[in-house]
Amino acid sequence: MNTTWQRKDLLGIQDLSVDEINLLLDSATAFKEVGERAVKKVPSLRGKTLVNLFIEPSTRTRTSFELAAKRLSADVINITATASSLVKGETLKDTALNLQALNADIIVIRHSAAGAPYFLSKLLKASVVNAGDGAHEHPTQALLDAFTIREKKGRIAGLNVTILGDILYSRVARSNIWLLTKLGARVTLSGPATLVPRMFEEFGCRVTYDVEEAIRDADVINLLRIQHERQRKTMFPSTGEYAALFGLSKERFARLKPDALIMHPGPINRGVEIDSDIADCGRSVILEQVTNGLAVRMAVLFLCSGGQTGEP
Amino acid sequence: MNPLHIKNGRVIDPVNGTDQVRDVFLSDGRIVERLPGKAEIIEAAGKLVTPGLIDLHVHLREPGRSDKETIETGTRAAARGGFTSVVCMPNTTPAADNTGTIAFIKQRTAEGGCVNVFPTGAISKELKGEELAPIGSLKKAGVVAITDDGHCVQNNELMRRAVEYAKMFDLPVMDHCQDYNLVADGVMHEGHWSVALGLRGWPASGEDVIVARNILLAELADWHVHCQHISSARSVALIREAKKRGVKISGEACPHHFTLTDESVKTYDTNFKMNPPLRSERDRQALIEGLADGTIECICSDHAPHCSYEKEVEFDLAPFGIIGLETELALSLALVHKKFLTLPQLVEKLTVNPARLLRLNKGTLSFGADADVTIIDPDREWTYDVEQTASKSRNSPFHGWELKGKAVATIVGGKVVWRGD
Repeated sequence: MNTTWQRKDLLGIQDLSVDEINLLLDSATAFKEVGERAVKKVPSLRGKTLVNLFIEPSTRTRTSFELAAKRLSADVINITATASSLVKGETLKDTALNLQALNADIIVIRHSAAGAPYFLSKLLKASVVNAGDGAHEHPTQALLDAFTIREKKGRIAGLNVTILGDILYSRVARSNIWLLTKLGARVTLSGPATLVPRMFEEFGCRVTYDVEEAIRDADVINLLRIQHERQRKTMFPSTGEYAALFGLSKERFARLKPDALIMHPGPINRGVEIDSDIADCGRSVILEQVTNGLAVRMAVLFLCSGGQTGEP
Repeated sequence: MNPLHIKNGRVIDPVNGTDQVRDVFLSDGRIVERLPGKAEIIEAAGKLVTPGLIDLHVHLREPGRSDKETIETGTRAAARGGFTSVVCMPNTTPAADNTGTIAFIKQRTAEGGCVNVFPTGAISKELKGEELAPIGSLKKAGVVAITDDGHCVQNNELMRRAVEYAKMFDLPVMDHCQDYNLVADGVMHEGHWSVALGLRGWPASGEDVIVARNILLAELADWHVHCQHISSARSVALIREAKKRGVKISGEACPHHFTLTDESVKTYDTNFKMNPPLRSERDRQALIEGLADGTIECICSDHAPHCSYEKEVEFDLAPFGIIGLETELALSLALVHKKFLTLPQLVEKLTVNPARLLRLNKGTLSFGADADVTIIDPDREWTYDVEQTASKSRNSPFHGWELKGKAVATIVGGKVVWRGD
């Protein structure tokens, strides 16, 4: 593969070509090996400054980016909304220009407003990496999901991937849809009709409200949390009814293909979208997703900083 | 003020069925049949001469937000756009729900306005939709209509009483049609693009249910309700059907709604964020059809200035609205260039139709009418540079657009207030 990475930013999966996605995934393979060494640090980003600008709360993603940057030898600053001037009424534009004035090289942004990373990328010379913007995209999550699927199944093309849950408010769902359809998987969406509008069929997915049918032939099941923080009140009657109708119960689990992978981007709500025992079972790759996330984010930071070879 | 002799223009005056090359004479603030003596000559060969254009939906932001716009700057933008009259909305601070605010607007217009400004009054106190504003007193103070624009009266009973009450004073009731429960916290049209962009959508039905409500109440009270900035195909169809039954209902459309679609939002540029939102291509086509068959009788800008710092934020946080007075004519003329409308049809929607709705002695070149005239070069090609705007604000999605058609002279009460090259 001759693709080289030309982008300063990673804003979303929708803009990426198949070759760019594969380059990211291949680079992540090399970086995963770094994480398994006794000395888990390479000098690739030595002297670079990375700012984690997290305007919306996050544990997993922020920690993962921070650790990824540190393993690449970058200097890392974490800014959260409550500890920033944003609570004093400063605009995102002014906050970002101040970070630029400090010569930050990479800004990793998590924001509740869709499009915020696009806004920053037009404004700044620094690289901007989207760590989740509203219900829009979460590109590194989709990449780590794809990385995990590829590692476990050896391929993505031709697989049946079912995404189950709150699709409407999920940036993980959107990034996964763009990525998996680009790489040739068959994507099925299921969940309550209020959270899985038919409109998603326009993006090359299948939509079904029959959960049994949605999971029957799935090679991969990706379960999504109910995004209460983004929802209007009247999307479904109760979490109890949701769990009964759409949760991955032991009964449903028993009817899956025997090698179906169980995935979840976290944080998981045990007993709602997934039975607690299933979350911990051997076919759940939830924690491996976390490990792979680190490798994927190292690859993203490396490539967006001008690293060309795909090798650390 | 010198009498004016506008020579050799193609005069389009829909009220009189005029579309011919002839001269127009202005004297003592009126259109006259013959000049009393010597007059200043304005050569208009190859140009259109129309009744002064009227925009029945603008926000001039005074009182309260003179950092966004003032009556002085807003009316200068109007004059540059060819408009001799503008109708300003009541969502100021304080709101135009009291005679003092109306008097203030009139005073500021007298001091610095270069075109006619006709204020509207609020339907409800503080635009809250809870109690009626003093509609009779507002009428005496000079409002030409009542509306809670920027807000929508949700209480159907209150709206019914407003329509019944306004009828006593011959005041049309205008409404920004929006059901708050359906629209909720939406920031763009609900459809393909809101789903793709992860932005909260609001469905066209959030507009349609209120249009339907207004039709039923106009019927109940047998009085005129005017639906502001219609943006959806279903709303056009509802109004069309109601008009066939003789209901006193009307509608207006904005250039951005018949020019752009929700796809424009894909760059997250907040100059594409407005209320109502840009909708689908099907809706855009339906608006043009509604304009062509007369269902929608007025075109207006919904000129809504906002400071740059307010718009340079996350899409979710940006205020709704764009400026539009200087691009309105060219974007509307595009409908003529593309043969969707005839020139007289377009001129009607920008002159006599709003004048009739608001009972103004304007919108015509009949002898004795107010001497408001716009001279237009319909084929002038130009590029809109928002940095050159007369408005205080810069929030236009049309910056850099190549446009065709421009006002070259704007005459208010017999006085030339704007002259282009």
